[in-house]
Amino acid sequence: MDQQQAQLEHLSEIRSLMERSSRFISLSGLSGITAGLSALAGAGWAYIRLNNLDRGQYDVLDLNLNTLTEMVLIAIIVLLFAIIMGIFFTTRNAKKHGQKIWDNLTKRLLINLMIPLVTGGLFCLVLLYHAILGLVAPATLVFYGIALINASKYTLNDIRYLGFCEICLGLISALFMGYGLLFWALGFGVLHIVYGTLMYFKYER
Amino acid sequence: MKHIIAHLNKLFESRVRLGVMSVLVVNDWVEFNTLKEMLNVTDGNLASHLAALEKHQLIRVKKQFVGKKPKTTYQVSKAGRQAFEEHLNALEQLIKGPGKG
Repeated sequence: MDQQQAQLEHLSEIRSLMERSSRFISLSGLSGITAGLSALAGAGWAYIRLNNLDRGQYDVLDLNLNTLTEMVLIAIIVLLFAIIMGIFFTTRNAKKHGQKIWDNLTKRLLINLMIPLVTGGLFCLVLLYHAILGLVAPATLVFYGIALINASKYTLNDIRYLGFCEICLGLISALFMGYGLLFWALGFGVLHIVYGTLMYFKYER
Repeated sequence: MKHIIAHLNKLFESRVRLGVMSVLVVNDWVEFNTLKEMLNVTDGNLASHLAALEKHQLIRVKKQFVGKKPKTTYQVSKAGRQAFEEHLNALEQLIKGPGKG
């Protein structure tokens, strides 16, 4: 019986080493929640600004350059805030797991996340260049979903499902052009909050 | 029971060797220092276990220089992967079915 107990301990240690050495398991659910909240705040801000301009629809084709710049600025502020909070919560979580925040594991995770993400970003620039504004929001959602699925091999596998949801939402929003902001708020706001909450209770409580 | 124990590899009896193999089977080339940090062992201890695994051709070793610093990385060999899998299966059998064999 003692022998068996010892072997069991060996096995669980093997499992933990395999996990810790190949996947970044310290991604915090709280960073998902804050990213979602800041996305919602950003979407609300953008919505108010657009409505002040007396426009019924969100991404009408004649959106002028000033408004466009302002929207991009809002997006950048939201993104920066989400990244900073994400790094903060994840660093805290990594300490708890005894994982390093910057090593080969996180590098591999980021590279695999960035490949579809940068592709999507460039693709959106092309859409802007051709003034196809209505497809920008769907494209960001779809490429973001693909990026998450691509990165899921190097972190918590659950992030795959978030990726699938983003892709579905992106494809649906492509059918309903003109509601980009609404879908953006759903995809980057609501989905992140739901995912972050689930992860927080699954792994960090 | 006896034949299960025969499948348990004597080489993997040490915690450090088992740890090294666990890390190597799920990663491509891993650095000496990374292994050291993951397993929480001293240089000398790790080095001697790695030498033993290398001697039995369970792992491959690559030595390079990055600038002036030597960098040693390790990869599991085909034989090593197979041996490790057999060892794990034997462990599992041992735990699952004490009544068998």
